[in-house]
Amino acid sequence: MSIDYLDGNALAGPLGELFAVDLTVAVGTCAGCGNSGPVAGLRVYGPAPGLVGRCAGCEEVMVRLVRTPDAVWLDLRGTLSLRIPMPDDQQGG
Amino acid sequence: MAIVSRGFFGRRGEGDVKLPPGQYLTHDFPVLSAGPTPRIGLDRWEFTIDTELGETHRWSWADLMALPSETPTLDLHCVTKWSKLGTGWQGVSLDVLMEDVETAAEYALAYSYGGYTTNLPLEDLLDGKAWVAYKYDGDDLTPPHGGPARLLVPHLYLWKSAKWVRGIRLMNEDWPGFWETAGYHNYGDPWLEQRYQGD
Repeated sequence: MSIDYLDGNALAGPLGELFAVDLTVAVGTCAGCGNSGPVAGLRVYGPAPGLVGRCAGCEEVMVRLVRTPDAVWLDLRGTLSLRIPMPDDQQGG
Repeated sequence: MAIVSRGFFGRRGEGDVKLPPGQYLTHDFPVLSAGPTPRIGLDRWEFTIDTELGETHRWSWADLMALPSETPTLDLHCVTKWSKLGTGWQGVSLDVLMEDVETAAEYALAYSYGGYTTNLPLEDLLDGKAWVAYKYDGDDLTPPHGGPARLLVPHLYLWKSAKWVRGIRLMNEDWPGFWETAGYHNYGDPWLEQRYQGD
């Protein structure tokens, strides 16, 4: 059977339009099965009608992103949490 | 010299066909997917209609095959802007499936193997406007195109024609489906170019 999805790096561009940090390196936890892994490891279907990122463990939807002419719709209800790496704020003084 | 070419109006059979606004004609059959393609064995396939009163009407594959079918020729319009005209299908009209279903519901939610959902007013499924289709172009409907059976509601954008359809829930309240909760229009009339919420 052919693979009909991309990996989560396909979300880098559309998410980069929204967020200042690279969310593909964030660790997402699936609200369906509790599996954790980098957003880049999601199975991404689309891009049309929208991008659908599914858990590599249980295939439930973790993120949906639809670009309309004047907005981005982002649905994260399938994501229990996102752990986003940030630089140590003590280092900045 | 004519300043308006024939091509401006197009030719019947190709360009003379009136397309909904913003659409272009395609001859292939693009496959768009929001998830892995379900593979459903006919021995475990079933289709149900659940009413707002909690009654369930259920058909096996053999039950579906035993119902009178129709062979409509339909124009398809995808929200991603391609249109495919004159496609040949075989399927069972929703009028046949709804014949013994008692309901006063105004809304329907189609749901699929794989978890997809899409909502529409019940009246858009009736009076010869919708089918559960299982053959395309004379052949069994393949899984990438929604086989073994898909909903066809050709007067709305194609996302309303749920692939791998498993059932229809009849409800008193409208319940937006998969794409309708993510920015797409709740109704999706291609002739009114209702692509996104607010259109």
